[in-house]
Amino acid sequence: MPDIFGVPAAVLLGQVLLGLINGSFYAMLSLGLAIIFGMLNVINFAHGAFYMLGAFVTWLCLTQLGLNYWAALVVVPIVVGVFGAVVERLFLRRLYRIDHLYSLLFTFGLALAMEGLFRYLFGAAGKPYPVPETLTGVFRLGFMVLPVYRAWVILASVLVCLLVWLVMEKTRLGAWLRAATENPSLVTAFGINVPLMLTLTYGFCVGLAGFAGVLAAPIYQVSPAMGSSLIVIVFAVVVIGGLGSIGGAILTGLSLGVIEGLTKVFYPSASAIVIFVVMVLVLILRPAGLFGREN
Amino acid sequence: MSMLIKGLAGFTVKHKWIWWIGAFVLAATLLLAPAMVYPLLLINILCFVLFASALNLVLGYAGLLSLGHAAFFGGAAYVTAHAAKTWGLPFEASVLLGTLFAAGLGLVFGLIGIRRYGIYFAMITLALAQMLYFMAVQMPFTGGEDGIQSVPRGMFLGLVDLGDINAMYYVVLGAVVFGLMVLWRTLHSPFGHILAAIRENEPRAVSLGLDVAYYKLIAFVLSATLSGLAGSLKVIAFQLASLNNVSWHLSGEVVLMTLIGGMGTFAGPIIGATFVVTLEHMLATSGLPIALVIGVIFMACVMLFRRGFYGESVARLKVMLERGHD
Repeated sequence: MPDIFGVPAAVLLGQVLLGLINGSFYAMLSLGLAIIFGMLNVINFAHGAFYMLGAFVTWLCLTQLGLNYWAALVVVPIVVGVFGAVVERLFLRRLYRIDHLYSLLFTFGLALAMEGLFRYLFGAAGKPYPVPETLTGVFRLGFMVLPVYRAWVILASVLVCLLVWLVMEKTRLGAWLRAATENPSLVTAFGINVPLMLTLTYGFCVGLAGFAGVLAAPIYQVSPAMGSSLIVIVFAVVVIGGLGSIGGAILTGLSLGVIEGLTKVFYPSASAIVIFVVMVLVLILRPAGLFGREN
Repeated sequence: MSMLIKGLAGFTVKHKWIWWIGAFVLAATLLLAPAMVYPLLLINILCFVLFASALNLVLGYAGLLSLGHAAFFGGAAYVTAHAAKTWGLPFEASVLLGTLFAAGLGLVFGLIGIRRYGIYFAMITLALAQMLYFMAVQMPFTGGEDGIQSVPRGMFLGLVDLGDINAMYYVVLGAVVFGLMVLWRTLHSPFGHILAAIRENEPRAVSLGLDVAYYKLIAFVLSATLSGLAGSLKVIAFQLASLNNVSWHLSGEVVLMTLIGGMGTFAGPIIGATFVVTLEHMLATSGLPIALVIGVIFMACVMLFRRGFYGESVARLKVMLERGHD
C-alpha cells in the first residue's frame, strides 16, 4: 500500500471514511435546519435535542419495549416527528409574526430543558446500543476494513438526503413548499393550507433528526449531551453552506465531515476546531456562505 | 388601585428627595448584605449582574443576539487564573489582563461576525465560542476537565487580604458598580442614542450617514470587555476556572437573565441575574435538575412575557397611568 503525503493510504482512507460518517450526520441535520429555516423562518436550536431524543427513544425501545433496531428505524422518526409537530402547533406558531430571535430563543430553551430532563432521568453517562445483527461484521476492501454498519449509515443517510432533495426540487409538493417560502399569502390564496404545511414540514424535518438519532445510536454512545455537541457544529456547517440551498446543505455537510477526517490524519490536535476555522475563512471571503443568497 | 399608583408616581416626580432615600437604602443594603446573606452567593450574583448588563448592551440596545458571550467571561477567567496562579501576578494585574484578553477576543469575534444580521450573528458567535471551548479542553495551561484550581486571591492594592471573604465582597461590589457606571454613561451618551437609532431603524441610521458596523463593533467590544471583567472577578473570588465558564449553556443562561429581567432596560438584567442566580442557588440543594428548570423558564418567558419582569411591570404601569388620565 503506497503512502500519500507521507501517510499510509489505509490510515488516510480510514479517516476519510470516518469523516464521511460524521459528515452524513452533519448533512442530515443541516438539511433539516435549512428546510425549517426556509419555510418557517425559524432557526431550530432544538434540532440537536430532537436527534438526541431519537437516539434515546431507540435505546428505550430496545431496553423497555424489546423493539429491535429495524422497528425503531420506522417508529422513532414518527414519534419524534409527531412530538415536533405538537411543539410547532402549540408554541412556535405563535412566534412567527415577531422577531426571529424569539423563536431561536424558544428552541434554545427547549434544547436546554430536554437535555436537562434526560440527564436527570438517565444520568450523563453514555448508554451503549448494540449494532443490529444483520449489520455486524466487516467488508475487507483490501486497503482497509470497513464495518458493515458504518457503510450502512453512509448509504442510508445519502439516500435519505437525495430523496428529500428530489422531493423538494422535482415534485409538485416540493414546488408548493418552495412557493410557500417565497410568498405564503399567494399560496394560501390558491387554496393550499399553509399553516398545516408548516406544521408537517417542521414535524418531517424533526423526524429526520430523529432518524439520524436512530442511525447514530449504535455508533456513538447514547447520551444527553450528544445533541448539543452536534448542533453547534451543524450551525457552523450551516453558516458555511449558507441557508439558501438544500443541495448546498447536503454537500457542505459531507465535505466538512471529510475535511474533519483529513485533519485528524495530518494535524490531529486541530480536528475539533477545523470546521470553525473553515467557517471563519468563509465568512471573511464569502460572507453569504458557499451556497447562500444574501438576504 | 390606579389612583394610588398615579398618586405615588406624581409624588416621586414632585419630590426628588424620595429617589435619594431609595438610593441610600439600596447602598446601605448592599454594604450590609454580607452580614445577612452568604457572601459567595452575593459575589456570584454581582458578577452575573455585570455579565448580564454587559450582554444587554449588545442584545437590548444594539439588537445583536450573541450566543457566545461565555467565551469572554470564561476566556477572561482562564487568563486571570493563569496570571494569578502560574505567573504570580497581583490581583489587579491579573484581573486587568483577563479583561484585556476579553476585549481583544471581542474585537476578533466582532470583526468576523458583525456584518451578518440577526440569526446568522447568533450562530457565528455561538460557533466561535464553541471553538474557544474546544481549545480550552485541549490546551495544556487550562487544565482540561480539571480546570485551574486553587487560584490565589492575593491582596487588594497590596494592603487588604482578599482571603477575607467580606473584603473580597466589597472589592467585587466596587468593581461591579464601576462597570455598571461605565454602561450607564455609555447608554446616556450620544453613542448610546446612536445605538438606539440603529436598533430601531437600521436602514435609516445608514441613510443618516452613520457607520453602523463601526458602532456595533464598539458596543460589542465594550460588552465583551465588561463580560471579561465579570469573569475575572468571579474566578478570583471562587478560585476556580473551569469549562463551565466557557460552555454554551452559560451563554444561554446569561441571555435568559437579560430576557427575563427585561432586554433594553438598565434595571432588567440586574433583576434577571439576581433572580436566576438565586434560583439556581436554591435549586442546587433541592435535587431538581437545574437545566430543565432554566429551560422551561426560558420557554415560558419567550411565550408569555417577552418584555421581562421589569419591562412588563413598567409597561403595565404606563397603561394604568394613561387610563388614569382619561
